[in-house]
Amino acid sequence: MNAGTYPTAWRPPAFFGSRTRQRIALFCGAAYVVWSLTDLNIDVNRMLAGFPRALNMLARMIPPDFGRWALLLDGMMESLQMALAATLAGALLAVPLGLAAARNLAPMPVYAVARGFIVLGRTLHEVIIAIFCVKLFGFGPVAGLITLGFASAVFLGKMLAEDIENVRLGPVEAIRATGAGFGQMVTYSIVPQVLARTVGVLIYRLDANVRHSTVIGIVGAGGIGQTLSASFSRYDYDFSAAILLSIIALVALGEGFSDWVRRKLR
Amino acid sequence: MMGGGEPPPTAAAAGGPLLLGIEALTKVYPGGQRALDGVSLTVERAEVIAVVGSSGAGKSTLIRCINRLVEPTSGHVRLGGLDLVGLKRRELRAARRRIGMIFQEFNLVERLTVMENVLSGRLGFVGFLAALARRFPPQDVSGAFALLDRVGLAGFENGRADALSGGQRQRVGIARALMQDPDLLLVDEPTASLDPKTARQIMRLIRSLALERRRPALINIHDVALAQAFADRVVGLKAGRVAFDGPPQALTPEVLTEIYGVEDWSQTIRRADDDGESTQ
Amino acid sequence: MSEASVAKRYPEVWRRRSPQETALGWLWTAAIALAAAWSVSALDIEWAFFADAHVQALDLVQRMWPPRWSYLPTIVRPMIETIHIATLGTAIAVVLSVPLAFLSARNTTANGLTWAIGRALLVASRSVNTVIWGLVFVAIFGPGPVAGIAAVAARSVGFLAKLMAEAIEEAERGQIEAVQATGASTAQVYLVAVLPQVMPVLIGTTIYRWDINVRESSVLGFVGAGGIGLYLYASINQFAWQQVLVVLAAILVVVLLSEALSAYVRARIT
Repeated sequence: MNAGTYPTAWRPPAFFGSRTRQRIALFCGAAYVVWSLTDLNIDVNRMLAGFPRALNMLARMIPPDFGRWALLLDGMMESLQMALAATLAGALLAVPLGLAAARNLAPMPVYAVARGFIVLGRTLHEVIIAIFCVKLFGFGPVAGLITLGFASAVFLGKMLAEDIENVRLGPVEAIRATGAGFGQMVTYSIVPQVLARTVGVLIYRLDANVRHSTVIGIVGAGGIGQTLSASFSRYDYDFSAAILLSIIALVALGEGFSDWVRRKLR
Repeated sequence: MMGGGEPPPTAAAAGGPLLLGIEALTKVYPGGQRALDGVSLTVERAEVIAVVGSSGAGKSTLIRCINRLVEPTSGHVRLGGLDLVGLKRRELRAARRRIGMIFQEFNLVERLTVMENVLSGRLGFVGFLAALARRFPPQDVSGAFALLDRVGLAGFENGRADALSGGQRQRVGIARALMQDPDLLLVDEPTASLDPKTARQIMRLIRSLALERRRPALINIHDVALAQAFADRVVGLKAGRVAFDGPPQALTPEVLTEIYGVEDWSQTIRRADDDGESTQ
Repeated sequence: MSEASVAKRYPEVWRRRSPQETALGWLWTAAIALAAAWSVSALDIEWAFFADAHVQALDLVQRMWPPRWSYLPTIVRPMIETIHIATLGTAIAVVLSVPLAFLSARNTTANGLTWAIGRALLVASRSVNTVIWGLVFVAIFGPGPVAGIAAVAARSVGFLAKLMAEAIEEAERGQIEAVQATGASTAQVYLVAVLPQVMPVLIGTTIYRWDINVRESSVLGFVGAGGIGLYLYASINQFAWQQVLVVLAAILVVVLLSEALSAYVRARIT
């Protein structure tokens, strides 16, 4: 074997097709970073000043102050209650919404309206919905309940609609062929097919609502988020740390519970 | 052969007396299963050794204990005078560079190109950053091209490994192992995932490469006919012990019954005698 | 007796569930109803608010109409800022998530302690909402997009690293073993044998997370962390409802576009 006859250099094929295109892609990426950073007017000095401030804040967070546990527990319970009630309310509202948004069940105009509602509801962040609910229902957990209930209904409705659209049509036809009405058809051919998955989605949504319930308090919609927001504005960092740790624990527990139930369901 | 730098003289090149010495190698898995039970084996010349035995006899464990992909429980593995058992991580890495390995399932990194897979045989010789930037020394690159040519895959360097057929993948696996310029080749069931014709081609390739480089090759193989056709020496394992060690001609029905249990062996042995392309 | 054996009798009642199953079903229903009742009653709902909610809502809609489109030029820059926050935050998260993923995957972490550290970081990152991270980083960096970028990155790191760690744990053993057998160092094995296997997961989840982050960034302004949220909040507080509608429309369009783009790119690469 003569080494001279074989190439001594090799480069892997370019990720974006050709080497020129790869260079252009890299250049665009770099140009974007430069543009966005200049566009954001980032004050480097202020950013650097943040690091000692972060250390200072961390020092004040340790040890976390669990002394006001009654206040903390109140907020956590409120969040949990909002999440639970919202999940149930959302589930009830999701049934008609899901039926209306299933292409294979609903007539076209109903389908279009329901789908439009779902798209609108999913696009706007919970916090935006919450701020409107606060305007309509005043400060407090009711606004939070409505926000989460609305968001849950939209989410569950969408999942339900997709599940219904994916049902096997054989059983539906068979039940229709017996002369059953719409309600009978739904209970005998669609419910059995989508029930298990829907319960799984419902549990997942309960877990998601626990997460969201911790944040909508920022705009006054009740729950632990309101307590956290207040503690930050008072520079009450040791209490903030206690709240943050409690939120992490609650969310982690919620996720563990949700995973456990969904594993059991399978 | 690798372009510029001649590899340092090894025991094999110097024609030393002992290439590979396995002494009382024992492996007990955590579950208590005794996969190897005092295996001893000596390789003194560059020969092709087939290790046969039924599944669970310890073939795969034996090979993996040599380069310590599986940690042996006790015993010694000497490669050119160096005991591999008890080497620390760094030393073990250096020792693994001297041992090329070929796998049953090819074990190519599927999403990388053929060339990257072949060049990965040189990873033990380059740093992390070179591996990150895919910058290998020129003699490695030309060596890789030469090997691809030798295994019959010239022009395939830029293709992705998962786009190749089974036989082609195994050729890449062979090229990767030989890229290490190893003192010893470990081959684990190289043909079990291949059709009979490709299997013979691959065995022929491994044998000729081992012989032309004057390196010993230890090949696990369950196909007795292939073992007889391509090996200079056959080692039979039974329940973690060496039950047979001798030339392929000595594999009589009695010996095979000893290794595998009772069966009609006349067909197997007859087939082994005619080594041609048109076996199937 | 002989009569019974001639005319075979069939039961006239069939129940799908056994009595025990039925009882269990009712028990569950009761438990859920109780939980609902408890959570609703504990919330101290002022039902009077509901009485005129629809009137108020209608009133709000009327005040929003017609949208004040002249406000649109003012919010173009903050809208772009929102996208910047999402993109830069996601980019930082990708860089940080790779080492965190290797730390928190069982088969690549160094030992039990490093695994526990990795898992703890994952849980902390994922459990705190982006907006709450925003609250924390505004306290550190002061109001502005820097806090927003940091918040997006802090929340996304855990998301990306968790999915990537799962992919690492499912990486094919054989490919790793083969590269180990060449004498490669641990870092090289991760680079050459593991990373290529998890790359599709990393790319897919990154693009998916980016479009979630665009949506999250739209409200970061509520806590002062930059982007369009600040303008929405200000307009609401000034009762400038016609502006509010314009901002909402802008957010809607940008979020929908980013979702569509993300779905398109993910469909292209897989």
